[in-house]
Amino acid sequence: MKLSENWLREWVNPSAGIEEIAARLIMGGLELEIEPAVDTLPDKVVVGRIISAEKHPQADRLQVCSVDVGDGEPRQIVCGAPNARAGLHAPCALVGARLPGGMEITAAKLRGVESYGMLCSAQELALSDRSDGLLELDAGAKPGQPITDYLNLQDNILDLEITPNRGDCLSALGLARDVAALFDVNMKRPTLPPAVVVGDQRLRVDVEDPATCPTYSGRIITKINPKARTPDWMRERLRRSGLRCIHPVVDITNYVMLELGQPLHAFDREKLGSSICVRRAKPGEQITVLTGEQLTLDNGELLITDDNGPIALAGVMGGRDSGVTDATTAIFLESACFAPTAIVGTARRHKLTSDASYRYERGVDPALHRTGIDRASQLIADICGGEVHPIAQAGRTQPEPVTIRLRHARLNQLLGHTIPAKDVEALLARLGITTRNEIGDAWMARIPSHRYDLRIEVDLIEEVARLYGYDNIPGKPYLAAIAPARSAEAQRPLATARDTLAARGWQEIVSLAFAEPEMQTTLNPDDTAVPLDNPIADPLSVMRTTLWAGMIPAWLHNRQRQVSRIRLFETGVCFALDNGEVVETLRVGGLAAGSAFPEQWGQPERPTDFFDIKADVESLFGRASAEYRFEAAEHPALHPGRSARIRRGDNVVGWAGELHPRIVQELDLPEAPLVFELDWAGLANIDVPHPEALSEFPSSRRDLAVVVDEAVSAAQLVDGARAAGGPLLQKAWVFDIYRGENVGKSSKSVALGLIFNDRSRTLTVEEIDAATASITEALARDLGAVIRQ
Amino acid sequence: MTDQLEELLRSAQTDVAAAADRRALEQLRVDLLGKKGRITGQMKQLGTLQGYERKAFGERINKVKTAVSELIEARERVLADAELAHKLAAERIDVTLPGRGHDTGGLHPITRTINRMARLFGELGFETVEGPEIEDDFHNFSALNIPELHPARAMQDTFYVMNAARVLRTHTSPVQIRTMEQRQPPIRIICPGRVYRCDSDRTHSPMFHQVEGLYVAEKVSFTDLKHDLQTFLSRFFERDVEVRLRPSFFPFTEPSAELDIKDEKGRWLELLGCGMVHPNVFEAVGIDPERYTGYAFGMGVERLAMLRHGVDDLRLFYNNDLRFLQQFK
Repeated sequence: MKLSENWLREWVNPSAGIEEIAARLIMGGLELEIEPAVDTLPDKVVVGRIISAEKHPQADRLQVCSVDVGDGEPRQIVCGAPNARAGLHAPCALVGARLPGGMEITAAKLRGVESYGMLCSAQELALSDRSDGLLELDAGAKPGQPITDYLNLQDNILDLEITPNRGDCLSALGLARDVAALFDVNMKRPTLPPAVVVGDQRLRVDVEDPATCPTYSGRIITKINPKARTPDWMRERLRRSGLRCIHPVVDITNYVMLELGQPLHAFDREKLGSSICVRRAKPGEQITVLTGEQLTLDNGELLITDDNGPIALAGVMGGRDSGVTDATTAIFLESACFAPTAIVGTARRHKLTSDASYRYERGVDPALHRTGIDRASQLIADICGGEVHPIAQAGRTQPEPVTIRLRHARLNQLLGHTIPAKDVEALLARLGITTRNEIGDAWMARIPSHRYDLRIEVDLIEEVARLYGYDNIPGKPYLAAIAPARSAEAQRPLATARDTLAARGWQEIVSLAFAEPEMQTTLNPDDTAVPLDNPIADPLSVMRTTLWAGMIPAWLHNRQRQVSRIRLFETGVCFALDNGEVVETLRVGGLAAGSAFPEQWGQPERPTDFFDIKADVESLFGRASAEYRFEAAEHPALHPGRSARIRRGDNVVGWAGELHPRIVQELDLPEAPLVFELDWAGLANIDVPHPEALSEFPSSRRDLAVVVDEAVSAAQLVDGARAAGGPLLQKAWVFDIYRGENVGKSSKSVALGLIFNDRSRTLTVEEIDAATASITEALARDLGAVIRQ
Repeated sequence: MTDQLEELLRSAQTDVAAAADRRALEQLRVDLLGKKGRITGQMKQLGTLQGYERKAFGERINKVKTAVSELIEARERVLADAELAHKLAAERIDVTLPGRGHDTGGLHPITRTINRMARLFGELGFETVEGPEIEDDFHNFSALNIPELHPARAMQDTFYVMNAARVLRTHTSPVQIRTMEQRQPPIRIICPGRVYRCDSDRTHSPMFHQVEGLYVAEKVSFTDLKHDLQTFLSRFFERDVEVRLRPSFFPFTEPSAELDIKDEKGRWLELLGCGMVHPNVFEAVGIDPERYTGYAFGMGVERLAMLRHGVDDLRLFYNNDLRFLQQFK
């Protein structure tokens, strides 16, 4: 909400500059910014009155005006504005004036005619960002008066951002109440005389459900002068609040809303039937609102209706066909109290917001409707010359008073700071809250109707703290006895994985958790993605099911920036739908592409391969690496010959491999990256180490070279050796692979290292030979291995 | 004969000094002192001498022998030193060439910041708790005193999934709710994590990170909130941060406050929201609001990371441009 400083000061005027008022409001919980009413005050611009306007002899679109500027010497001014006419009052820049845009006014000849000044538009005075010809002023404006004084331009605008609980501050009156409380000064309530009722016409008004509309009131005003004009002082205040002038009656309802906080609506009396009813919409009922939009109402929206159907969406917006126009001579003026819950849904559902709905959603003082309608009626009578008829009302006149019990001890305890009882009473009194002492060191506090946000004890505690000043409550250390949280060492934090990968050359990324559905289905056809009801951007319309969905775009982004070798990893939750329920899985994933090592003088360049990332994946297994197995398996996104399913015991914990060439082609990727993805839950747990006793006796090594078919895997050989090696075999591993003429086509020679040891004695050569022999036999029998001598 | 010995010594001196390497020197040693060497050969002349002369000559030979041995040893040391020097020179490498192997990677600045915040809060006694990112209405809104038709819902632009049956959490407060549902006070936790809001421009990302905190016990008060946040922030920024609390509104806290810090240029910067847990929140999770009080706060990790590292564009955190990320390794 924007409000003029001068207007506010009519209601409360603390002896403080605007900066101090702003600071006090900010520390009182009302955020705001201050801006001047105009950027530059116009100098040597005065009220002018056009005495005569003649056609320019040389130019069709120019007029030669004689302008009274109050000093008895009318100026001859050439003017191009179409609305320049005899009798018009308009701002006149005298010779020597400098306009806000920087233009300097000098005596000049325009198409051969002397001109001594310039008649100005609102835009030329920087009062508006558009021009509708000369700024027309009231007929009563006195020629010669500086425009700065006439329009009261020495003013500031308070641009407030009010939190949803402080709807009571959305008016000059409401803001003034808080300023008075914060400065501890009295308000200056201007007297607002009620309109004198002269007629006796009224419409019948009814409310179907008082819970949605506790009070509905309205009155007819007739004999409205359709030629009436909104006065300049009101126009300027509306402008400073960011409102455009539309029609004197509408302007007055807006003005009263800004002044008092009561939204009002004016219907054209001639377009209404004889009775008004406030009720819920029937399914399928329709209304065309002021913006011209036709709405279908299917959710029981609260409506104002007459004999013929809906005439307004209650508290949100009037109907197009029942509104006032330039031809209106009689109105029905509405002033109501709607329940916030009856308004919020409607405005949001139909994406309509108005100054009225903004206020009703936050709440409007339920006792204000009468003051509001009286003030507006009086202004209409004054400005538009109308005849005022009696108020018709449905529902209660005044709301029930609210009282809240406030315990002094509770207040002190919650704040951690003692505020003396008499100070509490005085602070509450500043807000118009009266207190009565109760037994048990407590008060019963009576809440004024405009503070409908105060309903429970802690609301009052907050108000006391706010006025006392958060700054005046010190910080104090206090430590409750809380036992330190237990953490299981066996449960490794995710940070372990991040640190390990970072140390091994991988860079962490963070991508949005949204994915492009088509790309994601290509990468992970098996999981059902969770679609967003309202995606931020069209391609990113589902939640990711795999970290690869964010990793591939990140790789390409960097590749386009000349980064050809890459190691990216990410940790985060992936989402999938399983039987209609969302399943969240915490994953660690990575993508590697380009050469195996950074370009380097000392080692030959070669592309990254499966075994490079396998070593990095294995580094995440920590001490438990023996529990994991990589098995050749097919994954829809991975090269069938270069992919591994990773198991820990019986559980599949992830996948690693080269991206499938078909996907590389489909996604138009420059090369096939290597990727991995692991479920952290499957990896996190590692038992606390309990080491075995060390052997005092030397171990012995035997190397074994076996020729096997290409189809026999290294894991089969090592497993076979382990199974056959007996208890003396400590360790078995592959240390070389040879392919060549000596071993024949589709075969390979695999070199196995075997370590034998016993904890109680030194092994004899015979024992070791026997164990080795049983390994060779088993490998020959089970895997067709031929021993190479 | 004496002259012959002296001649031998003189020529040995010259020859030893001229020996270019250890092989030449060894040859010289054999030549002079070997069994058939020239000095050893002089011994044969002893047989022709008698008595005093024989003794004197023997002594002279031994003297010459010792002198030549010493000469050879000295020369050997010189040659060995030279040879080592030569070998060392030949083995010299260019130690300025880069090391072999892979580069180091790095953690994302958001991870870095969360890790640091978790550590600092950990030292203040806060345990780190995490929770789901897709939430139901109860945990994300209702339990936090945000009823469906409350204007406060419009403060947060929510992503919906499953025909609005679930939401992407708009804050990590649902983790606080889940924790309070499961445990009775005292509770002192922080909840770091990703959150989502349907908003995207220069200063808003549809996904960002928060660290929220909750401390519930008997007699927790506003003064504790002020002290603990002041302590955390001063440690986070490694200076005595000047802090001010400004009244504000959040449905889940009352009194509520915005916390501003004074930057190095003396301007107030809005940093985080905080307040005393609203009694309705306690009611929703079954904690007695009369017995327990608590404070809660929530801060944006990106905001803290930006201030700490002088980053002025939020979008840099999600572009995953290595030129940016690698500066944090």
